[in-house]
Amino acid sequence: MSSVIKDDYLTQLIASWKAEAAASAMPAMSWLDQLRTSAAGRIEALRLPTTRDEEWRFTDITPLKSALFPRASVASSLTGSDIARYTLDDVPNRVVFVDGQFSAELSSIEHDSGVIAGNLSSLAREHTATVAHHLGRLADFQDDIFVALNTAFLHDGVGIIIPADVSAAAPIHVLFITSQPEQTTYPRCLVIAEPGARATLVEEYVALRDAAYLTNSVMEMHLARSAQVQHMRVQRESQQAFHIANNTTVIAPDACYRAVSLTLGAQISRYSQNIVLAGEHAECAIDGLTLIAGKQLADTHTFIDHAKPHGRSQQLHKCIADDSARGVFSGKIMVRPHAQLTDSRQMSRNLLLSDKARVDTKPQLEIFADDVKCAHGATIGQLDKEALFYLRSRGLSDAAARNLLTYAFGGEVINRIPVASLKQQLEKLVLVSTQVN
Amino acid sequence: MIDPNSKVLLEVRDLHATVDGTEILKGVDFTVKSGEIHAIMGLNGSGKSTFAKVLAGHPAYEMTQGTVRLDGQDLSSLAPEERARAGVFLAFQYPIEIPGVANDQFLRLAYNTVQAQHGKEELDPLEFDDFVREKMKQLEMKPDFLDRSVNEGFSGGEKKRNEILQMALLEPRLAILDETDSGLDIDALKIVANGVNRLANKDNAIVLVTHYQRLLDYIVPDYVHVMEAGRIIKTSGKELALALETHGYDWLHSEAGRALGTQL
Repeated sequence: MSSVIKDDYLTQLIASWKAEAAASAMPAMSWLDQLRTSAAGRIEALRLPTTRDEEWRFTDITPLKSALFPRASVASSLTGSDIARYTLDDVPNRVVFVDGQFSAELSSIEHDSGVIAGNLSSLAREHTATVAHHLGRLADFQDDIFVALNTAFLHDGVGIIIPADVSAAAPIHVLFITSQPEQTTYPRCLVIAEPGARATLVEEYVALRDAAYLTNSVMEMHLARSAQVQHMRVQRESQQAFHIANNTTVIAPDACYRAVSLTLGAQISRYSQNIVLAGEHAECAIDGLTLIAGKQLADTHTFIDHAKPHGRSQQLHKCIADDSARGVFSGKIMVRPHAQLTDSRQMSRNLLLSDKARVDTKPQLEIFADDVKCAHGATIGQLDKEALFYLRSRGLSDAAARNLLTYAFGGEVINRIPVASLKQQLEKLVLVSTQVN
Repeated sequence: MIDPNSKVLLEVRDLHATVDGTEILKGVDFTVKSGEIHAIMGLNGSGKSTFAKVLAGHPAYEMTQGTVRLDGQDLSSLAPEERARAGVFLAFQYPIEIPGVANDQFLRLAYNTVQAQHGKEELDPLEFDDFVREKMKQLEMKPDFLDRSVNEGFSGGEKKRNEILQMALLEPRLAILDETDSGLDIDALKIVANGVNRLANKDNAIVLVTHYQRLLDYIVPDYVHVMEAGRIIKTSGKELALALETHGYDWLHSEAGRALGTQL
């Protein structure tokens, strides 16, 4: 431990943690205090990653270190009209956080839906055993400095419990809003799908102003036997923001997890998604679309861990990079020795719209079982010249043809979003950002 | 249909073109009048597909010499989309698959672009849907064609029918069909040929680029041309196609062949 050279950045964070340790919104519960304290202990042992760390080779977070934003303390008071453009017509269930604080006014949950959803600090009071059993137990803070920071600063978050065999017809929208500049928020989300439960979740990050700030987010998800969860994730932070996020999802036997993640915002973003197929016949399909321009850097790291036999995983990750934007994709698939009859497919496709855009993609398979089907691949390219000519030969202008092909490239992922209003909203967003005249 | 009074639609004079610096077309002369159907035949590598692409303005091919005029208008400096709007249509030998673009979206975009060019009314999705379904019936195309991505997962015959559907929508002045018969079984060939015949009229013209005489049983040309080494070396009536089918191409170079040729 003595060999660790502490960053000023972390030193200051540790000091602020100690100062505010007493001021928690959570009820005083020894298990939670212990969790926070042990996470804080890990901050002292860990350091911030640099490009010398293999997992951060292409993602230089130096600009983040020179901008130590204090934790958001006072939330703006927003009204429904302030956030109207972020709400989804066909999604009545909404849990809203503004500047790290739960907003009861902006949130709404239909009680007859059978879903238990709200803020963690309330949920932890009524469902202590369930929450304590999972919170901080899924996402690893021992070796991940950002998860450790999020856990140490854990005051409140989103809690969702879908009770056994409840099939939640309406999706649940989890909305994290940043309204003020130069602050740090630590969004936290715990989703527990009990046996046979079904739900659709939209997790979204938005900003009301174009400002610099940091979002350090952790989502933990547990799918019990035969549960089915669909998870849309939309990251559209401000173009100046930093966004570091971890999702850890554990999938029990016969359960199925489907995710579509969109990365649109932030100057530097990193999304680490860890999925454990922890039971036989567990299944996941995770797709991603990153659409970046200017000087944005967007890093997606996924890890799919086939720990048991008969698991299935499918992944399509796409990146469209314009200007001097930089995309990073690292997709590791592990097939453990006992995970026979695993079926795993992964594809990374990347489209470069300018000479200065860059994508580093690294699909990785680590297979320790001998009876498995695994396929993976990666492509990086520009728009297909023959397809451009084809469209132009039908009268479309060069710009219109390029726009259509670029949009279509992203459309393949957008089309997989099962929530109609969200899909439409994102279609428009992608349309706007892929159109040049 | 040959009509001595009809106007010259396409006039190509001494056309030379290169791809990656290699000259493929070496002085093509070719004239098409309104109302006519022409077939260009030739062996692989003779330059006939290149000729088709050069007419449509494929950016990989460079015109280095000669003139190409449509209705008297010089095409050489026009982009592919400008040629399309002027009335040039190329049915591709290998239609391109475009995942993520719905066929109906693509067809409507192309249709409205060309309509706008001609100062005609554009159609909204509902109006277009009625319009395109009617055209599709004539080509015996299933309605789900519209919902699928452009050419993605289409069979060879479906792709070719989709090309002819585009031709039917865009109503070009000059339609160039590049190996439209390749990969078609006889039923699909008949459907495609019927579609083309229905579209042929006295104001437009059709150029069939083909390897085999088979297509010409169903779309009967007024003229047959033989292309070789980047030039048109022989032009005759539809009997020429049958002679090529029977005797191959070599006889064109022999004494006997020339004698035979003069009878055609």
